[in-house]
Amino acid sequence: MDKASLDFDIVVVGGGPGGIAAATVAAECGARVAILDDSPWLGGQIWRGFPRQRAAPARLWLQRLEHSGVTPMTGTCVIAAPARGCLLAESQAHSLTICWKRLIIATGARELFLPFPGWHLPGVIGPGGLLGLAKNGWPVRNKRIVVAGSGPLLLAAAAGFGKLGAALISINEQTPVTTLRRFALQLVRFPTRLSQALQLRVFTRGAPYRPGVWPVRADGEQTVRRVTLTDGLKTWTEDCDILACAFGLTPNVELPLAVGCGLDGEFVAVDEFQQATMEHVYCAGELTGIGGSECAQIEGQIAGYSAAGQQDQARSLFRCRARHHGFRSHLLRAFALRPEVIALADDATILCRCEDVTLGTVRRFASWREAKLHSRCGMGPCQGRICGAATKSILGWAAESIRPPIVPSRVESLISGSCGRAGLRL
Amino acid sequence: MTVFVNQQPLEVSAGTIVATAVAMAGITQFRTSVLGQARGPICGMGICMECRVTINGQTHSRSCQTVCSEGMEILTGG
Repeated sequence: MDKASLDFDIVVVGGGPGGIAAATVAAECGARVAILDDSPWLGGQIWRGFPRQRAAPARLWLQRLEHSGVTPMTGTCVIAAPARGCLLAESQAHSLTICWKRLIIATGARELFLPFPGWHLPGVIGPGGLLGLAKNGWPVRNKRIVVAGSGPLLLAAAAGFGKLGAALISINEQTPVTTLRRFALQLVRFPTRLSQALQLRVFTRGAPYRPGVWPVRADGEQTVRRVTLTDGLKTWTEDCDILACAFGLTPNVELPLAVGCGLDGEFVAVDEFQQATMEHVYCAGELTGIGGSECAQIEGQIAGYSAAGQQDQARSLFRCRARHHGFRSHLLRAFALRPEVIALADDATILCRCEDVTLGTVRRFASWREAKLHSRCGMGPCQGRICGAATKSILGWAAESIRPPIVPSRVESLISGSCGRAGLRL
Repeated sequence: MTVFVNQQPLEVSAGTIVATAVAMAGITQFRTSVLGQARGPICGMGICMECRVTINGQTHSRSCQTVCSEGMEILTGG
């Protein structure tokens, strides 16, 4: 790829529903647009699987994206933002410098994993992550799956496993039944969400959906064999081949932080045009609040139109977005984590899976930084993405800064990483 | 197409990702942790790095973000 082709009016990072919508509408407005994603295909996690098996709206958006003339760059991971207007990225074969006039970040969210004894065993996996793998052929047929944790994704993933022939054992949602009932009543105001939830329940029939239940430990030798669950009063075990467990979603804010965007709580702060605290940088989707893929598609379009200078078209979607944001705030309230699930790990539980550092070791230090320096927790290949989020929940420590490279990268990519005279300061 | 998981041939369809192929081969331990524990993917989306395997001699490759190609050699447990 020659260097000239890597200058774009608009660069979109993240190829999920939000990023696809943003890139498509921006290109339809006449801008030269590239969309980057770390995965082998566009579609993000929610539309993951075999690319040819996609249903609407994924198929429709991807067709529209193709016709819009956007340059797709899959298998391309952004590793640093060495200077304003420029990103350093790498693919399997190349190290790339990609220049932008407007940047749209739609890197989505990852599942929040909270440590508990046995969570490191193979077979303990995020429900969303497993669903993506299962749609690609990861064997789940006739496997006994216990689903646990929190959030609407539990039901969606369980339905997916059910459709693929899994032997669902149970779905365990930590939210208390009273809170869930209030949330269900609110769903009447969002009829499409209500019908979605009812449809999902059809595919999980036979497996109990238990509010107010959470996992306390997983056991097995080389792989998970049993999970211990509790409702706070009694405790019991269930045999399983897979424990699909996560406690909601947490936004992937590493790139926005590296670029210099400000946060609002744990999410990226944006204005009504989805512009972040830095001019010409826009953020859309789960990064700005966990609202689901429909919300991300609207926010993506607003960001795409705004970045392309079509503020009126962006404005025409504000009302639709407000409705999605209404639902988003209900979600946030309903699936708040109970203190018991944050306190599941004991001192012997591995907290940092990359470096095998226990919670007991990390707890001895006063801050995340001190713990990192002395124990190597958060210093492994995931760069604290898993244990950092957990530590934030358990000990209340926030990561203090993000430093390049934001993901493990090849040395030659870092060496080549100069943008004019700016260079990459490590 | 055929890939080799720990030297054993495995037929997979085009578009299968390496993590899927490893699981299809009946393997649950993708890598060995610093303290010698068995580990497999937890995030399934390229973030946790627990799904690392050796692909065509390249160590520490993320199996969940790599698509199988004809004759690919995959080694687990490292």
